[in-house]
Amino acid sequence: MNELPPYATIGQRVWFYSFRVICGLIFFFLIAPIITIIPLSFNAENFFTFTPGMLALDPDAYSLRHYEDFFTNPDWQQAMWNSVRIAPVATIMSVSLGTLAAIGLSQSHVPFKGTIMAILISPMIVPLIISAAGMYFFYSRIGLQGTYWGVVLAHAALGIPFVIITVTATLVGFDRSLTRAAASLGANPVTTFFRVQMPLILPGVISGGLFAFITSFDEVVVVLFVGSAAQKTLPWQMFIGLREQISPTILAVATILVIFSIALLTVVELLRRRSERLRGMSPG
Amino acid sequence: MTESATSPDDFAATAQDGAQKKGARQAPVLAADGRPLKASLNRALRAQKMRALMLIAPLLIFILVTFVAPIADMLFRSVENQIVSETFPRTVMSLEEWDTDGLPGEDTYAALTYDFVEAAERRLHTRVGSRLNYETTGMSSIFRKSGRDVGDVGEAYADQFIALDPAWEDPATWVTLLGSQDWLRDQAEWTADATEARSADMVFDISEPRFALATAPRVLLPETADAYRSFAQTIADVDQDSPTSEEPWNSVYLALYRDLMRTDAATIAAYDGPGRDLLVAADAAVDGFEAVDLQALYAEMDDGWVEMPIWETFEAFSDPYTAGYFLAAVDLQLTPDGIEAQPENQRVYILLFQRTIFMSLMIMGMCVLLGYPIAFLLSNLSMRASNLLLILVLLPFWTSLLVRTSAWKVLLQQEGVINDILVWIGLVADNDRLALINNQFGTIIAMTHILLPFMILPLYSVMKTIPPTYVRAAKSLGATNWTAFWRVYFPQSIPGIGAGCILVFILSIGYYITPELVGGRTGTFISNRIAFHISTSLNWGLAAALGSILLALVLALYWVYDRIVGIDNVKLG
Repeated sequence: MNELPPYATIGQRVWFYSFRVICGLIFFFLIAPIITIIPLSFNAENFFTFTPGMLALDPDAYSLRHYEDFFTNPDWQQAMWNSVRIAPVATIMSVSLGTLAAIGLSQSHVPFKGTIMAILISPMIVPLIISAAGMYFFYSRIGLQGTYWGVVLAHAALGIPFVIITVTATLVGFDRSLTRAAASLGANPVTTFFRVQMPLILPGVISGGLFAFITSFDEVVVVLFVGSAAQKTLPWQMFIGLREQISPTILAVATILVIFSIALLTVVELLRRRSERLRGMSPG
Repeated sequence: MTESATSPDDFAATAQDGAQKKGARQAPVLAADGRPLKASLNRALRAQKMRALMLIAPLLIFILVTFVAPIADMLFRSVENQIVSETFPRTVMSLEEWDTDGLPGEDTYAALTYDFVEAAERRLHTRVGSRLNYETTGMSSIFRKSGRDVGDVGEAYADQFIALDPAWEDPATWVTLLGSQDWLRDQAEWTADATEARSADMVFDISEPRFALATAPRVLLPETADAYRSFAQTIADVDQDSPTSEEPWNSVYLALYRDLMRTDAATIAAYDGPGRDLLVAADAAVDGFEAVDLQALYAEMDDGWVEMPIWETFEAFSDPYTAGYFLAAVDLQLTPDGIEAQPENQRVYILLFQRTIFMSLMIMGMCVLLGYPIAFLLSNLSMRASNLLLILVLLPFWTSLLVRTSAWKVLLQQEGVINDILVWIGLVADNDRLALINNQFGTIIAMTHILLPFMILPLYSVMKTIPPTYVRAAKSLGATNWTAFWRVYFPQSIPGIGAGCILVFILSIGYYITPELVGGRTGTFISNRIAFHISTSLNWGLAAALGSILLALVLALYWVYDRIVGIDNVKLG
């Protein structure tokens, strides 16, 4: 598949190239929509399509006005501030609780391991609308609906499966004799954890944390139901924007978020490679 | 991480084996501290289990409270129906004896009056109205309208009692007649304290003692006692008023009239509590009172009260738990004659479930179609090239869902990029632009794009493990390219297809945001209906029932997924 052997027939040649073209089209389908919005966000007009000026590469047809709107409009600023306030707190909660539990789960004798695992993973399995409905009903009963902490707790719960999965995966390759060695050299369990185990599983913890962060940062459905107007996050504001008063500022926000996700993706990739290298797996 | 110097887990097994083999013939092996080794090891194992559980416990409790309890609450709400029996307890009780053959009797209308007056005062009647309105349209307006007039039921009796003896108008008469001795004493003390505090300009925030009934009138005048207690406690709860200063509701006079009519003179005469003379005089006079037809009074408020549907609905939904929401969720309804199909024009949910499943299958199929070649290409390229291309798959995966949805909204609009291109090429006339969005097509395209990485990643991880030698062997044995692929390669990639399909199907069946934004009217899913019932129609029970059905569907699929792939094998990134 890598390259065409010299003895390939014409049919094989045709198939080889047409297959590549098909794959190219599918990659185009995957990437093009995301790329298209980037130039559109610099549109000088209030349109969602390329104006003749833009196609003629006229500098006047491009402007930063939608970015300006994003950074000056109080609605968008409030939404961004809310997202920044909610996602990190939810992430810290899910990472600290999740890492602890993942370490517990990776011990050799855990009673009811299957059941516990199923419960801990369940927020990832249950459709968001159902989680949102249940949380809306239950949190209104206990007075958490429409509060900052209600949203944070809900988002922390949604992020936990990702932390559990990534950290347990890292722990699978963890060499237990290292902790024994540390203990035999006189380190107490806490020192052993922070000086020996933590540095080794850190890539898993960080990438789990990034997953938890993006889950919270990108989450709309639950915050729509559990939160009130005071907890309006960036995705919520985008959701409203798309449903009601569609404004090109959304494209500016989207572009910023794409750049943000490229940064996140890079970090996760680097971490994954580092982790694989540390565990002596293929360098990739 | 917190293991002690000896590691029990390696030893435990051999120690147990040894103990079984040697049996009781030899003395047990002792550990350094003199205990039997077996017990010592068991203890260490237990300690280890405890330690693991202690590490898991905080998270487990967290998830149980923040996530599992809400789901359980939703399941509970899908069958819960306490509002009717809690708000109209007397009516529900009285309807138990109703034979559904003709309108219920005067007793039921009296019970309805007692319940309704209290519910109207507490502003609960409209909620019951909306609850019953889910089952029979029109109920909501009957309840809302009657809430204003129901306070007048029994007014005729109140006038006649007061005409007979003005003492019946005096709150003190009622309090002494019906209040228990303890309550009267507590109430008097409280009044004294309150007066004293007020004269000293102090803040007095102790609430009045809650009204309690005396025993004798409860037996002698059951309906009056019950109606009066409902009155006394309701005005205390709603307006912080005291029964010592308020004239009772008209419904209390109605109850008194009914009680006195039912009880014979001798029983009343045998009563020797406070207010005896008043009662005896009233008992002698009630026979001469002008009677009021309750049914006619209700008919005047709203004709609905003297028609069958309202009572049938009342009776069908008087149980504290109901299957009604679930039945409604599958286009059935609970009628007095049993379970029936909804009228033709109200059947939406089965259709919606079918549409959800159909569109999820379409999305799944599209994902296989587009994902398979990509995964195949990635697994057959060199590591470096495939890692580079994988980024193109992972970038959409990491990009915000709303960014991707807004991208599609921008692309697919009538004035959007794709239509512009089609017009520019000349495939489509400018005034005849394609409707690509706000329909099923828009939803399927956008969701295929969003879920495609979830198909490619599991497929890729399976295909990576298929050794290329098998295909080469097949070819060397004379298979054509197609045969080698179809008979050798493809069967080995089926686990990946299965995993990806279930994953995509599970994810798409519960999707909300994208269908909401690009689905329009025909491209929405069952989840959009759930959201509609939660936030717009406020029919939470039906939303919960629809949610429970969807949840059951997803869990069943998830169970299959666990069987095929195993949840431990879920890989991210």
